[in-house]
Amino acid sequence: MFKIFFTFFKIGLFTFGGGYSMIPLIHFYAVDKFKWISETEFIDIIAIAESTPGPIAINSATYVGYKYNGVKGSAFATLGVALPSIIIIILISAFLMQFKDNTYVEYAFLGIRIGVSVLILNASLRIYKKVKKSYLAYILFAFGFALAFFDLIPIVFVILIGGIVGLVANVFFHHKKEVKEDV
Amino acid sequence: MFSLLFKLFYTFFKIGVFTFGGGYAMIPLITQEVMNNNWVDSTDVLIDFIAIAESTPGTFAINIATFIGFEQLGIIGAIAATLGVILPSFIIILIIASLFTKFATNKYVQGFLNGIRPVVPGIILSVAMIFILRSVFSVEDLQFKDFTFEIGAFAIFVLTFIMTKIWKRIHPIYLVLVSGVLGIVIFGLL
Repeated sequence: MFKIFFTFFKIGLFTFGGGYSMIPLIHFYAVDKFKWISETEFIDIIAIAESTPGPIAINSATYVGYKYNGVKGSAFATLGVALPSIIIIILISAFLMQFKDNTYVEYAFLGIRIGVSVLILNASLRIYKKVKKSYLAYILFAFGFALAFFDLIPIVFVILIGGIVGLVANVFFHHKKEVKEDV
Repeated sequence: MFSLLFKLFYTFFKIGVFTFGGGYAMIPLITQEVMNNNWVDSTDVLIDFIAIAESTPGTFAINIATFIGFEQLGIIGAIAATLGVILPSFIIILIIASLFTKFATNKYVQGFLNGIRPVVPGIILSVAMIFILRSVFSVEDLQFKDFTFEIGAFAIFVLTFIMTKIWKRIHPIYLVLVSGVLGIVIFGLL
């Protein structure tokens, strides 16, 4: 049990920036090195992690942990992947307090805020490119942008409405196809 | 204190439930919740948190939850926020792993996700626009009263944007470093 905790601790420690950069590391340890899961299970995990809410890192740690040793395995893997972040961020928070009022740190952050804005802009463009294009997709994209930008309704509702519209469209589409096949 | 502790846990639990598709999809939700709860003084502080969470090891989601929780209530706040953001995934994955492994190919799940997928880049774009208006043009709200054009800030924006177009797979940490150096040079030394 210590092994799965320590492995995911290492994965958490050596991942910068987020879940997707973690995927090759998880593959290396869980499939190649320790054989906790098979290649097929790994592909299933990625598909499930992407289609369920929550951080991909947590999703995949929980899943691999479960395959390894049930709920207990899940708990240890998830704690392992989360702990490096918690420790490092607490250290940085305490450390940053000391330098908050340094003029050069302030200038650096004036620049960094712009860099981060560009980062987020690029993320939205990259994710948009991956979306299967249709009239409905264009409408949902514009709808998501407008409602969030003008802060009209809470974003959780924007996401829920998108999901419900997609669900209804899917059911309706399938229904039409079935009718065609009957004829 | 207990009400704030619970609020941190509950807010990040909610964020965990509604984040589809990785860390960036979480930023609009966090922005809305953090601003509405007045957990930071201004958008600037939140963008700083995001910058640090992007350029330190670990998952972005946990980094940012720990950061905001720690700033509010110290270590116990950090733990509450982090547990909140972890638990929804943990519970949902346990249910799926033990009950239905065919979850990802289910027709209704696919339909629901097909609807969410185009919405996510839309809301991320909205938060990118809000952050650009704030960091480049000093606009705090959509009244645009405080709109200022500063050539230095605009230059950093154009330079970093071009950089990400030349090196498409550039790691966030390099972008943070470069924009920090540009900030010191342009605002401090020129």
